[in-house]
Amino acid sequence: MKIMDHVELYKSEDYKELFENKKQFECPYSEEEVKKIEEYTKTEEYKEKNFARKALTINPAKACQPLGALLCALGFKDTLPFVQGSQGCVAYFRSHLSRHFKEPVPAVSTSMTEDAAVFGGLSNMIEGLENAYALYKPKMFAISTTCMTEVIGDDLNAFIKKAKQQGVIPKGIPTPYANTPSFTGSHINGYDVMLRGILNYMTTGLKASQTERINIIPGFDTYSGNYREIKRLLRLMDVPYILLADISDSLDAPNYGDYEMYSGGTPLGDVVDSINSTATVALQKYSTIKTGELIKEVWRQPFVNVPYPVGIKNTDLFLDVISQLSGKPIPDEIIEERGRVVDAMIDSYAYIHGKRFALIGDPDLLLGLISFILELGGIPVHIVCTNGDEDFEKEAYALLKTEPLFGSEGKVYIKKDMWHLRSLLFTEPVDLLIGNSYCKALWKDTGIPLIRVGFPIFDRHHMHRYPIIGYAGALNLLTLMVNTVLDELDRQTKDSPSFDVIR
Amino acid sequence: MRQIAIYGKGGIGKSTTTQNTVAALAEAGYRCMIVGCDPKADATRLILHKKSQATVMDLARERGAVEDLELEEVLLDGFKGVKCVESGGPEPGVGCAGRGVITAINFLEENGAYAPDLDFVFYDVLGDVVCGGFAMPIREGKAKEIYIVTSGEMMAIYAANNISRGILKYAQSGGVRLGGLICNSRKVDREYELVSEFAEKLGTQLLHFIPRDNMVQKAELNRMTVVEYAPEHPQADEYRALAKKMAENKNLYIPTPLTMDELEELLAKYGFLD
Repeated sequence: MKIMDHVELYKSEDYKELFENKKQFECPYSEEEVKKIEEYTKTEEYKEKNFARKALTINPAKACQPLGALLCALGFKDTLPFVQGSQGCVAYFRSHLSRHFKEPVPAVSTSMTEDAAVFGGLSNMIEGLENAYALYKPKMFAISTTCMTEVIGDDLNAFIKKAKQQGVIPKGIPTPYANTPSFTGSHINGYDVMLRGILNYMTTGLKASQTERINIIPGFDTYSGNYREIKRLLRLMDVPYILLADISDSLDAPNYGDYEMYSGGTPLGDVVDSINSTATVALQKYSTIKTGELIKEVWRQPFVNVPYPVGIKNTDLFLDVISQLSGKPIPDEIIEERGRVVDAMIDSYAYIHGKRFALIGDPDLLLGLISFILELGGIPVHIVCTNGDEDFEKEAYALLKTEPLFGSEGKVYIKKDMWHLRSLLFTEPVDLLIGNSYCKALWKDTGIPLIRVGFPIFDRHHMHRYPIIGYAGALNLLTLMVNTVLDELDRQTKDSPSFDVIR
Repeated sequence: MRQIAIYGKGGIGKSTTTQNTVAALAEAGYRCMIVGCDPKADATRLILHKKSQATVMDLARERGAVEDLELEEVLLDGFKGVKCVESGGPEPGVGCAGRGVITAINFLEENGAYAPDLDFVFYDVLGDVVCGGFAMPIREGKAKEIYIVTSGEMMAIYAANNISRGILKYAQSGGVRLGGLICNSRKVDREYELVSEFAEKLGTQLLHFIPRDNMVQKAELNRMTVVEYAPEHPQADEYRALAKKMAENKNLYIPTPLTMDELEELLAKYGFLD
């Protein structure tokens, strides 16, 4: 049997007819009517209605809390992410992460069904831990929850204790947990509370001594390349560190022919020792709020929040902080690297300068991108952050003010979604759009070229393997941006004398 | 088939009143079913002469899923052929009892418990309408007729007013109506006058005033309704009278709940706030 590729398949007569016939059920309106409404959705009038929308969210740029908790859990060695809740939720987290990383994602659920919703999930927790321990032999369970568990109010702490009392898992196995209701917050909060839960559990009762190591918390970061870049920079600086929640090898593992379930991750011994480090540096602010409180208030350890090191200025800041905390100078190799990236920025400056950008994504990522775009002479115009709060809004405006020449036009929209952004793109068009794969629907409607940055990226391969932080990351982002501009330029000048081989 | 939901403050005598009324209806030849919507599962004890052990949720927990149950296992016959079923639910402090009610009622619907030859279905619902689950009997066109059991005691009146607010919500969006108040007397001073006036202010009627009688308790100790245990006793006639009024009642109201001030004024008038 010949299996046709879907690109050709859908062009065949059979399918043409099928799609035509389906219209009566799916959209029983004339093409003129559809076109008319489509045009209306591009107007200022519609934009106002769209922004007055209260009861409906369309394509929010966020995922739910337990997904963040899962990503965090996957960053620890021999750790099984264990979700007290329904199986379908965990299937979603796993497929979402798998589609982004193109890697298997080990995680289990306690398969709560209707009877568990009524009677509570105690027996699910006990059987789940027993089975998961027998089958997968983890050295730590990182336990989070789904909506169902949160609505019925399962008492995780009591349930886990009971499971240990009954002896279904060894008493000594770490079982940190986090309450991660999906109906509030987003993946960045889930990441935060899971990390806090793990650090708290592993260091409870310990007294801090002092080591020379520095803890680095990347935050909710789905670029395996970023983790490797942090490690490379710290190695070059000869700074001893503990990277907390290192997913680089668990979600971007080398292929030797066999599947290894717990590849990579921060060693659990290091997690215990992290309380003794000189300081903790967090590269994101909004995904480390609760964790930061633990480190400051319980550990009494210096906790430094640096801006997400996207671009030159933010990377400088990160390295300066590391240099100060460790007493180690920044080596020439890194300074040369910086110089080369600055040179590259100047080379491409003519093509980015004055370009207008729309951005959508997580708060820390957006702050990093705004900073870098301003460095490149680009103009951030629409900044949409579904999971951003008022603090983020203030911070973003303050950042825009630092470069009045390029930043004054920027408007920040918190708690807004991609459908809001769509209106903005029609009423105030821009040159470039930065966002995740779901933004391709916006590209389809508006024709504005999409630069894929953020999470998830399902429809382009290996993006997560290339860092977007550090000087190397700045170069990667610059390459993406300028080549998108040049691709678009070629497309637009195909039939004109401007169609040139040199750009 | 008339579907009727009984609400009222916890401990006011909803289950006792419901079962005695149903017993009187059954005696008069009506075919009835009682659906107990309370995790305590004590809404059918007087009709079945024992506390039901086979609640929908208990069996679902034993088997693993509600799909594994047969209707006959949970739908039991009691006094004069009255059908009895209990939703059951979790132990206090865990899980979600409201969801248990939803699951149980869905199960009954899907498995044909609502036989067309039934004249009455009674839902005996726990205390207050604390969450969506306990409003299940009055959602989606199930019970359209509600009776509130109250007494002349202050907290019972408060609760009845509160429940009326819940009914008002469902009355506006659907066909749910208040059939009236049933006063289960606690021998409070001027109780009849107070509850009558309260009913009037609530825009409804006092359907029946059940006097207090120790025979009710005696029958309960014997796991029976008064109608069955002491059919000749005047208290049995009270329940027969209530059953008759209910069967004949055509007056259905959209309640007009009182504000806190109005309620307190009413209670003060009858000497509560001396």
